[in-house]
Amino acid sequence: MTLPELADRAIVLHARAADWREAVRIAGDALVDSGCTTAEYTEAMIRMVDDHGPYIVIAPGLALAHARPGADVRCDGLSVVTLAEPVEFGHAHNDPVRVVIGLAGVAPDAHLAAVAVLANAFNDPAAITAVAQATSREAVRAILDGKDPS
Amino acid sequence: MKIVTICGAGIGSSGILKVNAERVLQRLGLTATVVAADVASVDRVAADAQVILTSAEFVEAIGATHADVVVIENYFDSDELSRKLEAAIG
Repeated sequence: MTLPELADRAIVLHARAADWREAVRIAGDALVDSGCTTAEYTEAMIRMVDDHGPYIVIAPGLALAHARPGADVRCDGLSVVTLAEPVEFGHAHNDPVRVVIGLAGVAPDAHLAAVAVLANAFNDPAAITAVAQATSREAVRAILDGKDPS
Repeated sequence: MKIVTICGAGIGSSGILKVNAERVLQRLGLTATVVAADVASVDRVAADAQVILTSAEFVEAIGATHADVVVIENYFDSDELSRKLEAAIG
């Protein structure tokens, strides 16, 4: 299973974020820019963390920003943001975050297809560091496709 | 055997946990149904579950349940998942 190729606008390299809100907002803006969501979805992603805590930091260095499917989602989409400086999300084990993935799905089932692809790519323990250090969008796409990060 | 993965929205992180839990179960030779759900529906979805996989942030909200609540720190670490699933099921 592969994803439709990530648009250039969905990949933001070496972004600067002062805090976790800004980091999530950059991932949300990239989803908006690639036509998948409205700005309300970005706010919903931030609200998930306000409501439930930093659980979206699901592995060391990696945050999976997402909210529920709904009217503010136009298509299934992913965005990838690498941070120039790591950002603390307040997670007990997995801080600081170097990569933020934005995830949007029209319906829960469609959502899970993208999720399976992410699971494949990041089951390689080297993949998070490889994405964090990627110097080109092409390199990010290759890692998400499960190709050798080197 | 039913396992429920819980996150805030019932899709993103609980979806990752579902996919990886299914892989680990297959490797361990165990059969179970794995369902991803949001924390608001945990009472209904997990009523007949043996195990709930989630993050530390949701333990309090999940509250009293017959299932074993297992906290996963690294969703991509199949060794952690294997170890904790075996302990909960075995």
